Amino acid sequence: MFNIERWQEIFETIRKNKLRTFLTSLSVASGIFILVILLGFSSGIQNGVKSQFESDATNRIQVSTRVTTKGFKGLNPGRRLQMTNKDYENLNQKYEDQIEYKTSLYNTWGGQINYKEKQGSYRIEGAFPDQQFIENATLVSGRFINNSDIDGSRKVGLLGYQMKQDLFGDEEAVGETIILNNNINFTVVGVYTDPGGTREETRLFIPMTTAQKVFNAGENINRIAYTVKMSDSFDEAVALSAAMSQSIDQDLRTRFSVAPDDRIAVRVNDTLEEAKKIYGLIDTIRAVFWFIGIGTIIAGVVGVGNIMLIIVKERTKEIGIRKALGALPSEIIWMVLQEAIFITSLAGLIGLFFGVGLLELVGPQIEADFIKYPKVDFVTSITTVIILIVAGALAGFIPARRAANIKPIEALRDE
Amino acid sequence: MIEIKDLHKSYSTGNNSLHVLKGINFSVKEGELVSIMGSSGSGKSTLLNILGMLDEADHGSYTLDGVPIKNLNEKLAAQYRNKFLGFIFQSFNLINYKNAIDNVALPLYYQKVGRKERDERAMHYLEKVGLADWANHLPNQLSGGQKQRVAIARALASDPKVLLADEPTGALDTKTSYEVMDLIQGINEEGRTILIVTHEPDIAQMTKRIVNLKDGLIIDDTMVDQVKALSHV
Repeated sequence: MFNIERWQEIFETIRKNKLRTFLTSLSVASGIFILVILLGFSSGIQNGVKSQFESDATNRIQVSTRVTTKGFKGLNPGRRLQMTNKDYENLNQKYEDQIEYKTSLYNTWGGQINYKEKQGSYRIEGAFPDQQFIENATLVSGRFINNSDIDGSRKVGLLGYQMKQDLFGDEEAVGETIILNNNINFTVVGVYTDPGGTREETRLFIPMTTAQKVFNAGENINRIAYTVKMSDSFDEAVALSAAMSQSIDQDLRTRFSVAPDDRIAVRVNDTLEEAKKIYGLIDTIRAVFWFIGIGTIIAGVVGVGNIMLIIVKERTKEIGIRKALGALPSEIIWMVLQEAIFITSLAGLIGLFFGVGLLELVGPQIEADFIKYPKVDFVTSITTVIILIVAGALAGFIPARRAANIKPIEALRDE
Repeated sequence: MIEIKDLHKSYSTGNNSLHVLKGINFSVKEGELVSIMGSSGSGKSTLLNILGMLDEADHGSYTLDGVPIKNLNEKLAAQYRNKFLGFIFQSFNLINYKNAIDNVALPLYYQKVGRKERDERAMHYLEKVGLADWANHLPNQLSGGQKQRVAIARALASDPKVLLADEPTGALDTKTSYEVMDLIQGINEEGRTILIVTHEPDIAQMTKRIVNLKDGLIIDDTMVDQVKALSHV
């Protein structure tokens, strides 16, 4: 492999057959190029989908009730189902062992918020401290809602980053007072960011107990959100989460006497189940892309093998001469094999280079909902390089064997 | 130098078996210049191929420089060819994308001689055949006679015990043929053993011994008074 003399021989052959080498290289290079682009996009899709899920915890279960659409047990459709603190506590108790974080929520859509001269309409959400983890929110400054806020129904609020930018600009918000609906003063205790982006950063979080008082909701709650404890295996967690969702669904249907097939009235949303479907889809896409890419490379490799066969045929006489002059069969094999490996590797690296280059150049400009940062990682690049070398060896093997089996006497026979 | 006893060789073509060599006994001493003559189909090329280890006999023994040549695998045959033999072909068989000096150096490459020494030795033999100025020319830039001289230089490069020439003048005109024969005679004068297969009587007369083959048997083996090729030029 590291025989300088043999490399000189190979370079000489390549130099003497530029066009042939170029055409061979082109098919391999384009194969690798396509593979890299495909893999880049499959990772882009993966990133894109992941970021869609990142806005909230992936193991979230969200429970909400609306209006019945079907009659059941003599009850008319159109009943509004209202969950209360009692429901929340019952569920907490029943699923205590499976629950990681928990909160009940009460929200209004258009709450008017004033700060000095500025004002805006925002969603106001009453929540428990665990909401931070369920929403995947990160604190920028200050603190989150805590248990003493809840116990004391304090008038404190937590601003989304976008909301803070709207009202305060670059000024410090923590400690300032904002006015809700022109009559209630809230003290800002913190600012958070949420991977969900602007939509999720224009919310004001206040303690659940405060929300119920301020909006005259009594014991009423809108939603309940949980995260389930993750076990070591993803599949196990999915199964657990699904079982719990189903069980909660059943509980609420019994509690409110809702028809089992009324999908609107009671909704239990299992994020993990959704995530599993999407991740499964990503895996499928990735597998399909690899399949196409490998197929393209195989086409390229068959091309190289084909051309090497022609080369061997063309060089039959030369190989015969070499053998008559004392070339060992192993030397002939290596000569052909090394040329094939060298051509595929070099061409492949060029394809890899252009593929990665294109992704680096164009990737950051791609901003679709489900494609984000298409790029190939180091491991993938190394994998393709290894594939190349193996492919080159395969492409060269049969022609090399054939070359080694050439009988000098037949090769040298004068026609 | 060469010792052959009761050599048989047959080829099977379909159902028929063609008995080409039917018991050849033959020996060559060091420094001899022997021509093997015979009409087409007499078995002279087959004999040369067996001598050159490009082909193997069915039966009989072959000893070269005291080494019994038998049960050769490809690897051993290649090593023996490289060590013992130099080949000269009718159609020259130069590698057409290598220049003269690289062609001459090729046997040395397979002897694992370093590039520098290889080039020096190749140059030495090119000078010997009078083509030092043509060292960097490709074969298709050379005339037939020049090509054959490059081939002779290549055959000599590995300093073999025996030179085997298969119709070395077959593709050349008379004048060029005699020039090549002059070169071969010169090499023989230096003590090298040379075997030439030819069907041209005038070429055969320029060797020291003529072996006549017919239907796979030696029918005649005589010493001759060598005609100097130079006298014709």
